Amino acid sequence: MAHIVLEKVEKNFSGVTVIPPLDLEIEDGEFVVFVGPSGCGKSTLLRLIAGLEDVTDGTISINGKDSTSVPPAKRGLAMVFQSYALYPHMTVRKNIGFPLRMAKMDKSEQVRRVEQAAAVLNLTDYLDRRPSQLSGGQRQRVAIGRAIVREPAAFLFDEPLSNLDAALRVGMRLEISGLHKRLKTTMIYVTHDQVEAMTMADKIVVLHDGRIEQVGSPLELYRAPRNLFVAGFIGSPKMNFIEGTKAEKFGAHTIGIRSEHITPSPTEGLWKGQVGLSEHLGSDTFLHIQMEEHNDPITVRSGGDVDMHHGDTIYLTPDANYIYRFDDRGLRIT
Amino acid sequence: MMAPAVFLLLVWMLVPLSMTLFFSFKKYLPLRGGDLGWVGFENYIRFVTSSSFWPSVQATLTIVGGVLLITVVLGILLALLLDQPMWGQGVVRILVIAPFFVMPTVSALVWKNMFMDPVNGLLAHLWKFFGFAPYEWLSQASLFSVTLIVSWQWLPFATLILLTAIQSLDREQLEAAEIDGAPALAKFFHIILPHLGQAVTIVILIQTIFLLSIFAEIFVTTQGSFGTKTLTYLIFQRVLESQNVGLGSAGGVYAIILANIVAIFLMRIVGKNLDK
Ligand SMILES: Nc1ncnc2c1ncn2[C@@H]1O[C@H](COP(=O)(O)OP(=O)(O)OP(=O)(O)O)[C@@H](O)[C@H]1O
Ligand SMILES: [Mg+2]
Repeated sequence: MAHIVLEKVEKNFSGVTVIPPLDLEIEDGEFVVFVGPSGCGKSTLLRLIAGLEDVTDGTISINGKDSTSVPPAKRGLAMVFQSYALYPHMTVRKNIGFPLRMAKMDKSEQVRRVEQAAAVLNLTDYLDRRPSQLSGGQRQRVAIGRAIVREPAAFLFDEPLSNLDAALRVGMRLEISGLHKRLKTTMIYVTHDQVEAMTMADKIVVLHDGRIEQVGSPLELYRAPRNLFVAGFIGSPKMNFIEGTKAEKFGAHTIGIRSEHITPSPTEGLWKGQVGLSEHLGSDTFLHIQMEEHNDPITVRSGGDVDMHHGDTIYLTPDANYIYRFDDRGLRIT
Repeated sequence: MMAPAVFLLLVWMLVPLSMTLFFSFKKYLPLRGGDLGWVGFENYIRFVTSSSFWPSVQATLTIVGGVLLITVVLGILLALLLDQPMWGQGVVRILVIAPFFVMPTVSALVWKNMFMDPVNGLLAHLWKFFGFAPYEWLSQASLFSVTLIVSWQWLPFATLILLTAIQSLDREQLEAAEIDGAPALAKFFHIILPHLGQAVTIVILIQTIFLLSIFAEIFVTTQGSFGTKTLTYLIFQRVLESQNVGLGSAGGVYAIILANIVAIFLMRIVGKNLDK
């Protein structure tokens, strides 16, 4: 169990600030997801918590104890790396048992824990293989196995699913969520995939250039984004942003509206445009609509069987209850 | 269109090989009567039954084994050291590699006269400074001295190959081991050393092939006395000092066989390692 608090944590790499001073609190048993575009400092933040990088300034405390200068092994955290970082010359059994061997745990207890972890992760048949003889998904599970045998206070995951194909990713996502439900251990999970963030997290931390843009539950972020960045980052397809005179009518510099909150009609509506590309997904159709005096096309969701074609004139009506207004600094006006 | 190249290579290899075989069955004493006719396997029997044969095999293996041990162990340590980020890394690396570019004859002369000379050598001065009698390296510890000189030459090679191997190790593995609670020594034995296995076999293979034929270092320092007469040196003595080409050629054929046994043996190990 771990309650992790970061206070004014700051990180520079040879003078370049990657993480400006940042505060964050992670509650015991929470599933926290760090999400943000590539290079925003998610991995760096996770590595600071793990102790693999030293903080430039600030303190990290785990369960009320200042752990800023505690070495990684003593923090009681386990980490799963993006490359899995399995030991290639050891069998699966040895890989999973390595942390126990390092802790000089009793031999029979080691065997028991390794076999239990293998059973949980469906690895029992592969215990005597080497990592090179496993599929990507199996390697991933070995990496998770190596983390759970230690019964750590918290798990740290750095984009653990990014090397898997789409179908396997969905399966592993459910497995990790299931693991969290069962173990009730704190998990910190880094991803740049907002779908992973939305489906797995109790709490999402949106990062941008090392700064925390917003912290909240998935639905909070979806429904009440604090600024333009969060509004644009959370949700798929991306929220539509409109500037200029259309936005000024609503008393804002920019307005945002999600694709599901716009009603298309061939005959009447607030805004006029032309149908561009349309994506048919079966249950839904996403229409990309080119508006007059507005450069980016607007995405609109409509039912599975719409009868609109490339080049048709179309009218759009936004649902006034779901228009997000932003001022000229990108902050949401509430 | 490979044919000409293959032909050239065959001629290149086969001509000397068949000439060695040809002479090994002859009694051929250039300064004492020249070609004295065929003698069958007499040269072969004389070569192995001579009292210097087994000591020479032993000396060869001792030097090869000793050099391998020293270069691999020190090579790993140096590679670990050079892998650390430090000031002046580039210069230090060049300095470490430098001995490899010194010709064997030159390096043997430098060691013999500058370091190991019992009167003027630096080591003699050092011994005297601490109040000991200077040590006569090349006569009292001749085999060890030769091994030391050859090791000094081959250490850069081993270090270089091992350094590249260390640098190819996935850093995340070391970080994972760090989090798993492995202290430095455990990280070395469980992660780094197994990773180096392949590079070590390659170093051993290549060095063995070259070390079996070291010559200049012995010629310059002890001239084969004090138990440093290796197989190569023995063959040299038979051909040039005793002017017995037939006997020397028979020795040469033995050397070829020995080298091939070692090579096959090592190829197997490397093959197995590369499969992994
Ligand atoms: N060891 C380092 N030395 C110098 N700069 C670094 C180092 N590690 C990371 N950085 C820089 O810090 C910034 C954040 O890197 P980080 O790896 O945390 O990004 P990330 O959010 O994990 O991105 P991704 O989604 O691509 O993994 C990047 O601009 C990167 O160049
Ligand atoms: Mg990253």
